[in-house]
Amino acid sequence: MMGNEPSVVVENLTKRFGAFVALDSINFQAWRGEIFGFLGPNGAGKSTTIRILCGLLRPTSGRAQVAGIDVAAKPEAVRQQIGYMSQKFSLYNDLEVIENLRFFAGLYSVPTKDLRLRLAWALRMAGIEGRERALTRTLAVGWKQRLALACAVLHRPPVVFLDEPTSGVDAVSRRQFWELIQQMVSEGITVFVTTHYMDEAEYCNRLVLIDRGRIVAMGTPTELKTRHMKRDLLMVECEPLGPGLEALHEIPAVLDAAVFGSSLHAVVANAQAALPGIRRGLESRGLKVGRVEQIQPSLEDVFVALTATRESVPKGNA
Amino acid sequence: MGPLPAIVVSALSKRFGEVHAVDRLTFDVNAGEIFGLVGPDGAGKTTTLRILAGVLGADAGSAMVGGCDVVRNPERAKLFLSYMSQRFGLYEDLTVDENIRFFADLFGIPRQKRVQRSQELLAAAGLSDFRRRLAGNLSGGMKQKLGLVCALIHTPKVLLLDEPTNGVDPVSRRDFWRILYSLLAEGVAVLTSTSYLDEAERCHRVGLLYRGRMLLCDRPEELKKKFPGEVLAVHSAQPERVREALAGAPGVRHALLVGDRVHLFVDDAARRLEDLRGRLESAGAAFDSFQPVRASIEDLFVSAVESGTAPAGAAKPS
Repeated sequence: MMGNEPSVVVENLTKRFGAFVALDSINFQAWRGEIFGFLGPNGAGKSTTIRILCGLLRPTSGRAQVAGIDVAAKPEAVRQQIGYMSQKFSLYNDLEVIENLRFFAGLYSVPTKDLRLRLAWALRMAGIEGRERALTRTLAVGWKQRLALACAVLHRPPVVFLDEPTSGVDAVSRRQFWELIQQMVSEGITVFVTTHYMDEAEYCNRLVLIDRGRIVAMGTPTELKTRHMKRDLLMVECEPLGPGLEALHEIPAVLDAAVFGSSLHAVVANAQAALPGIRRGLESRGLKVGRVEQIQPSLEDVFVALTATRESVPKGNA
Repeated sequence: MGPLPAIVVSALSKRFGEVHAVDRLTFDVNAGEIFGLVGPDGAGKTTTLRILAGVLGADAGSAMVGGCDVVRNPERAKLFLSYMSQRFGLYEDLTVDENIRFFADLFGIPRQKRVQRSQELLAAAGLSDFRRRLAGNLSGGMKQKLGLVCALIHTPKVLLLDEPTNGVDPVSRRDFWRILYSLLAEGVAVLTSTSYLDEAERCHRVGLLYRGRMLLCDRPEELKKKFPGEVLAVHSAQPERVREALAGAPGVRHALLVGDRVHLFVDDAARRLEDLRGRLESAGAAFDSFQPVRASIEDLFVSAVESGTAPAGAAKPS
């Protein structure tokens, strides 16, 4: 599945905005034909990284290469090698579907002789054949999303950047969208994607977790769940859930707690040591306690454990 | 269960021209309950919430909020309900404190009460250190939490939320849900729509809307039992080959690539297992194991919408 050549190479990449360090010497590589997921809290540096890789922003120091091109040295050349799609689809709502596609084909200088084939390919890939003359405004969100992706890859770029592409899109459309991504990847395209939704992170081949400009974890979804969480996780069945959550926060052994489905997750230093105290603590508050057992963390647990330093308090009050 | 549900929707209908946005919809939400509305774009989630919030009229049926008929008397219900739309109307050029003061004034909250209430809410939202920051300078997650604080300043009995956490990172989403859970002790009824089904799992009950109707409605645990058939996870170093070999095999309804594994939606796992193994072996697709996994709410949702009808034995809204 993975080629042996990297499509994206980032070395000691640093970006400062004045005194603020947005990216602090980060390093990673994404391989050809890989779905590479980029996770992190709001403001962690995800968009800054993408903007540098797209040649829109110059790094302060370090190196970034996309499809073999140094992005700082040749930002224009990079743009021919990439597709970019963000949560704001940047489609023209008052144009027809086919007009949007033609517009983007012009923008990316798709050769005239290839145009007909490329348009047909894009329509077929995105599953919007037969809707060529529809006004873009009238499409459902899921269709618009696939059209936006088609526009972003008309020029057959080897690397595609997707910045929160599925924000607010329903589950059926999101599944179709991910199957589309998988199809692109099987053709050798590298997909670099950011998302806040951990069920989507599961679709990635590899993940990077970034927090305040630094990489805090990197690996496959399975590796992140099995190797990166330094603490133990307990699943706690408790009724009612709300008071149970507040009670967990008051128990000293519990480092963090959250509602997870119809049960609670509690982060502790040592599961076996903490177990009896947690049960006692909940029962002494009159709560009904069911099973309490150690479980493998979910990606969300890992995400929160590794980044939950919370947003820093501002200096001054700008 | 309380004596009278906080929200009672009966045979509610709303048409926009030819489109039945809400079609004889019936459900209720109890005090102290979080009820999640899920469904594809255009299913009627936003329309339902807007009718309940009293900002949109209905064509037929009734909607009672806190014993007050919002279809006939929308103004009165506004005193004890709060509605947070997808783009909540924060004033970006006002500070966090000034926004809260604005909403407190709007609802006529006495000065003494508002000080205590806003301190509690700001602390729960992790915003106490940001009171003098301009709302426009907050991160996406913090803006949504501030929106929630403003929506709760008048201590409503019913909280209506329309996809409140789109684009919000998992850490802020946990804070957001912790606040929701803390409201339940006050007996608040929460009705929220979401496009993310890990959030649906955090609700007491979930209603699946489709074409303005309630397709399914139950507790998340019960809903998952309604999934037609079973889900098998095949772990493999070559998940794409696994999918190729097994898609369309007898009894396999769908094969979904999920990172380093394939989820097979099968009618009867025990009966099909041997045949599926045989197919992988003759296709030369390496695999580690077949493991039964539980269907997620998302799996159920996608399957129900794709078949366009509720699975057999679907519950009527309770």
